[in-house]
Amino acid sequence: MWLIKSSIGRKLVMSITGLFLIMFLLFHASMNVAAVFSEEAYNMICEFLGANWYAVAATGVLAAGFIIHIIYACWLTLQNRKARGGDRYAVNVRPKSVEWASQNMFVIGLVVIGFLALHFLQFWYHMMFAELAEKVGINVSLPDGIASTHDGYAFIEYYFAQPLVVALYLIWYAAIWFHLTHGFWSAMQTIGINSGLWMKRWITASNIFATLIMLCFAFVTIFFYLKSIM
Amino acid sequence: MDKNINITLKVWRQKGPKAKGAFETYKLKNVSQSSSFLEMLDVLNEQLVSEGKEPVAFDHDCREGICGMCSLYINGHPHGPDTSVTTCQLHMRKFDDGAVITVEPWRSAGFPVIRDLMVDRYAFDKIIQAGGFVSVNTGGVPDANAIPIPKKNADLAMDAAACIGCGACVAACKNGSAMLFVSAKVSQLALLPQGQVEAARRAKAMVAKMDELGFGNCTNTRACEAQCPKEVSISNIARLNREYIVAKLKD
Repeated sequence: MWLIKSSIGRKLVMSITGLFLIMFLLFHASMNVAAVFSEEAYNMICEFLGANWYAVAATGVLAAGFIIHIIYACWLTLQNRKARGGDRYAVNVRPKSVEWASQNMFVIGLVVIGFLALHFLQFWYHMMFAELAEKVGINVSLPDGIASTHDGYAFIEYYFAQPLVVALYLIWYAAIWFHLTHGFWSAMQTIGINSGLWMKRWITASNIFATLIMLCFAFVTIFFYLKSIM
Repeated sequence: MDKNINITLKVWRQKGPKAKGAFETYKLKNVSQSSSFLEMLDVLNEQLVSEGKEPVAFDHDCREGICGMCSLYINGHPHGPDTSVTTCQLHMRKFDDGAVITVEPWRSAGFPVIRDLMVDRYAFDKIIQAGGFVSVNTGGVPDANAIPIPKKNADLAMDAAACIGCGACVAACKNGSAMLFVSAKVSQLALLPQGQVEAARRAKAMVAKMDELGFGNCTNTRACEAQCPKEVSISNIARLNREYIVAKLKD
């Protein structure tokens, strides 16, 4: 199977799963922005994404996307370290045209996963998981003052009122921003939709796209923090 | 104005492929800035021989930047700090008086060290043997105008063909990937009608050989094109990816 055995095939899997995860981020960012405008609209989305079969199925597909992306990342990184050989250069200089993010995608990815675990514990565990657990008779206790697993708005208000959580999330967004600025155009390059002219376009699009998505996330986070101290 | 400078060299010395290497420090006095980097190494070797020591082994041949034989990782750059030149075209005027210059061999699993600064780049020949050619029927010479080629494609093919196979791309890559080399060699033929007949087979065979020889997976850091002495672009890598993926999807 060439998606496993060939280097270009493995990279193709990275790029397709990466683009899929970017689509998810776009959806998640749009969903969050809804919370700024309407509590009702946001909670409607939360209910829609609760323990319904389609939401659970979609979560499964999303999780598969993450897992494949992570497994391939580890695999490619190990292979690449081996290909580099045992002896390392004594002097290393990064040329100007080489982005810092591009050479540190694995480490940035690790940071992203670390914060993802925190995010899951805070939100998903208390929402979709709690609802699923309830169906089999296990009770997950919710944070103080939140009555329903569907009350996503209350979760946002609860967590983003805490300065430490807000700071951690902003660091997380910065890490994802770095990951996306390289990831998006790199995916296009790997799929082969690139040329001398399109290179500049894709890199610019990458930067704009990553900035827009992460600004949406940061805006919602800061908005709710300010709302809590007003 | 060029003058004479005193420099300190930190040179990687390694007796053989299996031996453990280490840096040796040498001081050179009154090196003319007009001399090339390799001439400076010649002076160093003269000095070492006169002291009864083993000279430093390094690769070189044409000394005019076209054969792809010279290598050397100088102060963190393949082919040294100058841009778009090979080591043999690098001059000592790029260095100041009192400079400390670290000279290392290409470091990559695909290019094992033979001795000191020489590495075995036979892997590139094996990749070319796998498909980097056009099988010709040696009949009569066709009329030059019988096969029209768009100017744009001719230029792109020529840019790809500028690759001299020195291996700086692999040396610069943190993944030890040979994609820039392979993509240039695939592109120079895939862009021309004569090469298109075997394009799919060629892309598959050369990538398979590259993977088999233990080169890494390309992660698009662009370090290769930044360090390439012939400024080969990574848009060739996009073309190779395209050729390869299309060929595999057709299978």
